[in-house]
Amino acid sequence: MSSLRKTVDKIKPYFEKGGKFEYLHSTFEAFETFLFVPDTTTTSGSHIRDYIDMKRTMTIVVLALTPLLLFGMWNVGYQHFLSYGEEASLWQNFWFGFLKVFPILVVSYVVGLGIEFAFAQVRGHEVNEGFLVTGFLIPLIVPPDTPLWMVALATAFAVIIGKEVFGGTGMNILNPALLARAFLFFAYPQDMSGEKVWIAEKADAFSGATPLGKLLVGEPLSTLPHASDMFWGLIPGSIGETSTFLILLGGLFLIITGIGSWRVMLSVFIGGFGLAGFLWILAHYTGVDNAYMSIPPYYHLIMGGFAFGAVFMATDPVTAAQTNKGKWIYGILIGVLVIIIRVFNPAYPEGMMLAILLMNVFAPLIDHFVVEANIKKRLKRIKVQTVK
Amino acid sequence: MENLINIFVKSIFIDNMIFAYFLGMCSYLAVSKTVKTSMGLGIAVVFVLGITVPVDYLINKYLLTAGALTWISPALADVDLSFLSFIMFIAVIASMVQLVEMVIEKFSPALYSSLGIFLPLIAVNCAILGGSLFMQEREYASVAEATSFGLGSGVGWFLAIVGIAAIREKIRYSNVPAPLKGLGITFIITGLMGIAFMSFMGIKL
Repeated sequence: MSSLRKTVDKIKPYFEKGGKFEYLHSTFEAFETFLFVPDTTTTSGSHIRDYIDMKRTMTIVVLALTPLLLFGMWNVGYQHFLSYGEEASLWQNFWFGFLKVFPILVVSYVVGLGIEFAFAQVRGHEVNEGFLVTGFLIPLIVPPDTPLWMVALATAFAVIIGKEVFGGTGMNILNPALLARAFLFFAYPQDMSGEKVWIAEKADAFSGATPLGKLLVGEPLSTLPHASDMFWGLIPGSIGETSTFLILLGGLFLIITGIGSWRVMLSVFIGGFGLAGFLWILAHYTGVDNAYMSIPPYYHLIMGGFAFGAVFMATDPVTAAQTNKGKWIYGILIGVLVIIIRVFNPAYPEGMMLAILLMNVFAPLIDHFVVEANIKKRLKRIKVQTVK
Repeated sequence: MENLINIFVKSIFIDNMIFAYFLGMCSYLAVSKTVKTSMGLGIAVVFVLGITVPVDYLINKYLLTAGALTWISPALADVDLSFLSFIMFIAVIASMVQLVEMVIEKFSPALYSSLGIFLPLIAVNCAILGGSLFMQEREYASVAEATSFGLGSGVGWFLAIVGIAAIREKIRYSNVPAPLKGLGITFIITGLMGIAFMSFMGIKL
C-alpha cells in the first residue's frame, strides 16, 4: 500500500495548480480519494446539512445493498433453473445470475461515472461519490434480461437530465436511479413489464409473472406464491427487490448507522399498510371484486418493490423532505399513493416507482409549508409573551 | 355524486392542464419564482375557472349549439351559432375576470392587493379558455359536471404551479449550467414533473 501512496504523491504535483495536467485535476482527485482517506472533507454539496462526510454515507449505503445484489444474482439463477424444472447447485445458480447481473452493474457504473467525470472536468468541480449508490441501485431495480444498451441509455438520461443539469450530486429533485427506471418503463414498456421479462432466459411454457402481475391479469389468489416465499425473496422480479428480509436487514443497518431516515421508512409502511387494510375491510364487507383489494393487506408490503422503495429509494436524503414533520407527511403519502396506483390503476401493476417520483416532486412544497407553519407558531408565541 | 367526484379527480391528476396539455404555460413559467405569489395566482385561476366554465356551459347550451335557441321559438331550431363560441367564451372570461376583480376588491382588499396584476392577467391565460373549449368538446351533461370539471382543472393547475415554485425556491442556489439558468431549467423540471404525473394515467375510478 505504501508504494502506491508514494506513486500517488509523486505524480500529484502534475495535477495541482500550474502542473502539466492541471485540467485533469478532478479526475486525479477522485482516484486519489478513492484509494486513500483524504485529509480534506467534502466542501460543498448535499452533505451540508450534516457533519458526516459524503464518502462515508455512500459507502455505508453500498454495504447495505451488497447482500441484496448477491442474493439477486443467486435468485436470477434459481428462477431460471426453476422455470426448466431443473435442480441446480448453489454455485450453478449464483454463477448463472452473476453472468447476467454483473455486466449490468459494469455498464451502469462505466456510463454513469464516465459522464460524471466528463462533467466534473468541463465544469471544474470535484467528482462526487453520489453516483456510487445510484450506479449500484440501477442494476437492482431492472429486470434481469434488460439489454445492456438500454441500461446505458437510461443511466445516461438519468445522470444528465436528472442530475448534472441541476449542478450535480445533492442538487437533483428526482432520485436518479428511479428516473432511469421510469425512463426505461415509459420508453420500452415491452421490456419492462408483462410476464416475459422477470426470469432470465426462461422456458417458454413457464409463467414468469410476478405476484403483482398475476393479480393484474385476474389469476386467483391461490396461484400466488406462499407469503414466506415472497418474504424471503424466492419470487421472480427485478434483480434486487425480491427479498423483503434482506431489505429490512439493510434498512436496520441504515437506521443504526444513522444514514437512512427511520421516519420515512416507518411512515411509508404505515401509509401503505393503513390504506391496504382499509380497502381490504371495505372489499370484505361490500364484496367489491378487485383482486388487489381482496388480498391480505400485508401482502402489499412484501410484493413487488414496496419494501425496496421504502428503505432505499424514499429515504434518499437529497430528494426526500428535509424537515422531520415533512418526512412523516412525505412517507405516508408515498405509502398511500402506492396502494392507490396498484388498486385503481389497471395500467400499472406496480406503483412504488411512480409514487416516490411524484412525492419527490412535492417534497420541497411539503417542506415549505412545514417551515411556514413553524414560523407562524413561533410568531404567535412571541406575541403572547409581549402581551403579558 | 360519484360521477362529479370522478370528473373532479380526473381533471386534477389525469387531465392536468399543465402536465397533460401544457396549457397556461406562460404565467406558469413567469410567476412560479416564489411559492407565495404562485399560490395567489393559483387561487385566482381556480376561482375564475370555477365560474367561467359553468357560465360558458350555459351559454353554449342555450345559445350556441345547433338548435339551442328553440326555447325562444321553435322557428329557430335550425340556427347554429357555434361559430361564435370562441368570441363568446373570451368575452365571458374577460368580463368574469373584471367582475371577480371588482368583487374581490370590494369584499377582501387584502386578497386583492396580494393578487395584484395577476388577476387581470388571468383573462389571457390559455388554461382558462382551454377549460371552456374542453367543456364544449367533452359535452358534459349538466352544469354541476361542468362546474366540477372547471374547479378540478383549476386545482390541478394550482398544484402544478405551487409545486414547481417550491422546487424553484429549492434550487435557487444550485450550480445550474449557465445556458440553462432560468427558463431552461424550468422547462426541464416541468418535463420531469410530467413523468412523475404519468403515474395517474389510466386510473379508473
